[in-house]
Parts: sequence; C-alpha cells; structure tokens
Amino acid sequence: MAKTWDEINERIVSGAAVVLTAEEFAELAAGVGVSEAAARVDVVTTGTFGPMCSSGVMLNFGHSDPPIRMSRITLNDVEAYGGLAAVDTYLGVTQQSSTRGIEYGGAHVIEDLLAGKAVRLRAWSSGTDCYPRTEIDTWVRLQDLNQAYFFNPRNAYQNYAVAVNSSERVLHTYMGTLLPHLGNATYCSAGALSPLLNDPTYRTIGVGSRIFVAGAPGFVAWEGTQHNPNQQRDEHGVPLAPAGTLAVIADMKRASTRFFAAASMTGYGVSAFVGIGVPIPVLDEEIAATLALTDADISATVFDYGVQRRSRPALGQVTYAELRSGTIEVQGKKVPTGPISSRAKAREIAAELKRWIAEERFTLAEPLKPLPQPGEQGVKPLEIRSEEAI
Amino acid sequence: MPRKRLDLTFPPRQATKPVTYHLVKDFDLVPNILRAQIHPGQEGRMVLEVTGRKEDFEAGVAFLESEGIVVKPAATDICLDEEKCVLCGLCTAVCRPGALTLNGRGDELVFDKDKCVYCEACVVACPRRAITLSF
Ligand code: SF4
Ligand code: SF4
Repeated sequence: MAKTWDEINERIVSGAAVVLTAEEFAELAAGVGVSEAAARVDVVTTGTFGPMCSSGVMLNFGHSDPPIRMSRITLNDVEAYGGLAAVDTYLGVTQQSSTRGIEYGGAHVIEDLLAGKAVRLRAWSSGTDCYPRTEIDTWVRLQDLNQAYFFNPRNAYQNYAVAVNSSERVLHTYMGTLLPHLGNATYCSAGALSPLLNDPTYRTIGVGSRIFVAGAPGFVAWEGTQHNPNQQRDEHGVPLAPAGTLAVIADMKRASTRFFAAASMTGYGVSAFVGIGVPIPVLDEEIAATLALTDADISATVFDYGVQRRSRPALGQVTYAELRSGTIEVQGKKVPTGPISSRAKAREIAAELKRWIAEERFTLAEPLKPLPQPGEQGVKPLEIRSEEAI
Repeated sequence: MPRKRLDLTFPPRQATKPVTYHLVKDFDLVPNILRAQIHPGQEGRMVLEVTGRKEDFEAGVAFLESEGIVVKPAATDICLDEEKCVLCGLCTAVCRPGALTLNGRGDELVFDKDKCVYCEACVVACPRRAITLSF
C-alpha cells in the first residue's frame, strides 16, 4: 500500500488528506495496528519547542540618505554582525546586550520585533565615497525592513542528553540549574513528538523540505551544524543520544511570538525557544512503524555535566516515559526530573501544522537532497595544536 | 502553635551573630532556615520559618531588630506571568520540595503553596523571568 509524494500532495490539495499529529498517530496505531494506520493516514505532523542557541535572523534595513556602510551595528544595544554588505546584518540569538547583559539579548530583540515593537538601530562606519555617512541612530520595526528571515544553523536536535551533576556544587548550564550529588536531571526533547525522532534515518526530511519555523512556513536549508548521523541507535534505528540536526530558513515577517520566545538562562546566557514542526508523509509501513513509537519506546542517554570535559561520562539510558514520570534511577539513586523543552508548545505546533495541511492545503516537498545518512559523516572535535603540528 | 515566615537582612557587621541560637535559647522559638546567604563582613540574607507562641515571637522579632537586622515578612506566594510562561518546565526541575509541577500532559503549571519553602530557586531558573515572589 505504499503511497507516493505526489499522491499525498494531490490528496492535500483536494482536501481529502488524513492528517494526524505524531501522538494521535501512535494512539491510532496502538488500536488498529501499524499497517492499518499506515493505510488510513497520509501525513503525520511533529513539533518541538526548546532552547535552540544556534538561531538568528538576516536583516536588510534599506539605505538612509546619505547612505552608510554599517560596520558596527547595534539593535537595542545588542551587537549584530557588521561584516556583510552595507545594510545587511545577521543577529544571533545568544548575543548579549552591552547594557543589560543576559537579561536582554539577540533573542529578545527578535521577540520585540515579532511583537511589532520599534527597536533602536545604531550603526557606525568610517565613511567612504559611496557611503559617506559615519553614524546613524534611528528606530526600526519589522514591517520597515526589506528582508527579515530566520536562518538558524542548528535546530531540531534529534534527541538530546539527559543532564545530571555528580559534583559537589550547583551548576548553571544550558540544561538549567543542575543540583549537586545527582540532585536533579533535566532533559530537552519533545520525545515522541520530535521531528527527527519520527524519521530517524532521514528518509523524508532533507534539503528543501517544507516545514514550520517559529509560526512561519519555511524550509530545511541544509543539514544542521554538528549533524551526527553516526550516533548509537536502538533496534528501531532511533539514536540514543544527540544525532541529526537541521539548518532552517523562514520568513520572519510571518513568524509569531506564540512560537518564538527569548530565554535567559541564569549563569549561562541568552538563548531562544524556537518552534519547529515537520510534516512526515506516511509513505509505507516502515515509516509508519517509527511514527507509531511512543515516549516509552524512545530512550536518551544520561550524561554527567559535573565532569567539565568534552566527553562527559554516560551514566546509562532512560526512556522519555520514565523522564516524564518525574523520577528516573541513576546509579541506584532516585533522581527527580524536569524538562526544558515545552511539550505543551510542541503539541500546539504539531496541531497548527496539521491545520495548515488540512485547511490551508500546505503541501509537502520531497527533499532535493538527502541529509547525510548514517555511515556518511560524523562530528569532528576541535584539537588544540600549533601551526607546526598541523 | 503559630508559624510565620520571616525574611531577614543582615547588615555587614551583624552577619556573624548566632541569632538563631538566641531565638531558640532565649525566646523558646523553633526556627527552620529555608534559605541563607551569610558571609562574614558582607550583607546577608536569611529566610526563616519560626514556630512559637505569639508573645515569644514578638519578643524574638524585637530582639532581631535590636541587633540591627531588618525583619520583613517573607514571601507567601509566587506570581506566575502566564503570558510569558512557555510551559518549558525548567522551574519544576529545580523545585526540590515539588511545589511546582507540570500536570500529566505538560499543559499546565501547577503550584502547591503548601509545599513551597520560598527558596526562590524557580525565580532564578525561569528563562522567561515569568516567576516573581509576592507577599
Ligand atoms: S520558591 Fe522554591 S519551593 Fe517555592 S516553588 Fe519556587 S523553587 Fe519551589
Ligand atoms: S521555567 Fe518559567 S517559562 Fe518555564 S514553565 Fe516555569 S514559569 Fe513557565
């Protein structure tokens, strides 16, 4: 009963497509079996909403009169990259304000722009014949910009670590506050709702896939940075630790503060919650089998963040069902757990994407190029060496 | 016996006084330290839960104030800005007494006032700055 991309898209366009969220599909499959569920359903939607540091926006301000070639740029005192063309910039979410530190950063500027607020743009330049102006101080809103689009080099991590801390002291990390002596465990994945856990070997998600980014329709632009398909996998092919990633692109003008939220992680810095949703076509039973997996079937590896090295010791594996139960067992000790990635928002994203497909006839795009597959490439560390040693 | 929560601010010089000892010994009060940041020579802060008779409690507070300590009632509630909250759950990960929890499907953040010790860990941990302590 295999279906093709074209068949599924025709059903979407004609309004006949059956679309379920990953949670709904797993429930259906548990009731009627995987093959029956595969026959009945055309598309399954996924979603995730966690802090994704490797995110930011490309902005084009337009030219002032006389014009300026901006080489140092700040937005509400947050530095944006000045090494592009005259009035283009990239603003990364983790950049901190020079006046407010981690309480306000690139992510907050983006959130303010999305909320329709005016942002103070200041820029400096040494001045040239074609761009004589040396300073500018003005206010801009999202609607005033020519282009504003997300370009996020690494989003939607395929699984993530479970963080604990065996050391003597409290640690403030990007995984939240980790209490000493295995006092708590934090985890950051939408589990069974997560995009790349529902297509573990990247059969349907690749360059050019049409997806949901922060409330806007967007695309997978490339493999994400640190994409590592060679991570250890379970019997379903699902990675047990952080593996694949996506680089994504989308029109910021169509995004929403409902699906993008600035974050200040105390003791760590600024980041942003980014909503990502990916529709997965139910092409055959093999795809359906991984779509039917639940939190009880998907595991993550517990890492000790108390050891401040590149390779942190792994202290075992736990399922997302165990993590969501509120306690896990690590080294014989009961450890309370807390999430970092919002499951409520992940569910909202999967539901919104389902609505796009069913009501707005949002069709699916077959990848133009697959993501690097297991066995093709891994992640290289950065070694510290001298020029002579290279 | 009544129980009250106090928020004490110690001026730098007073930070080394064994005031809790005096509350027990001289005023028959039962103090339970919920939070303390006392460094000799620096300003300190302590959140105390005190159990005892009304007269003893008043005398104890008068003693603390005579020692130069600023005594205020401690927070008795937390205030959640639902507009800002994204239901990430980070605050639940640091709430040791289990006063903050996400309900079954993670759609609602539940606060159990009886379990809260007003340690402020959640206030610091929330990446959205959605939690403030209130009185
Ligand atoms: S103040 Fe402390 S005990 Fe109360 S809810 Fe926050 S973390 Fe929990
Ligand atoms: S940490 Fe903040 S944003 Fe996250 S659930 Fe708690 S109150 Fe909401």
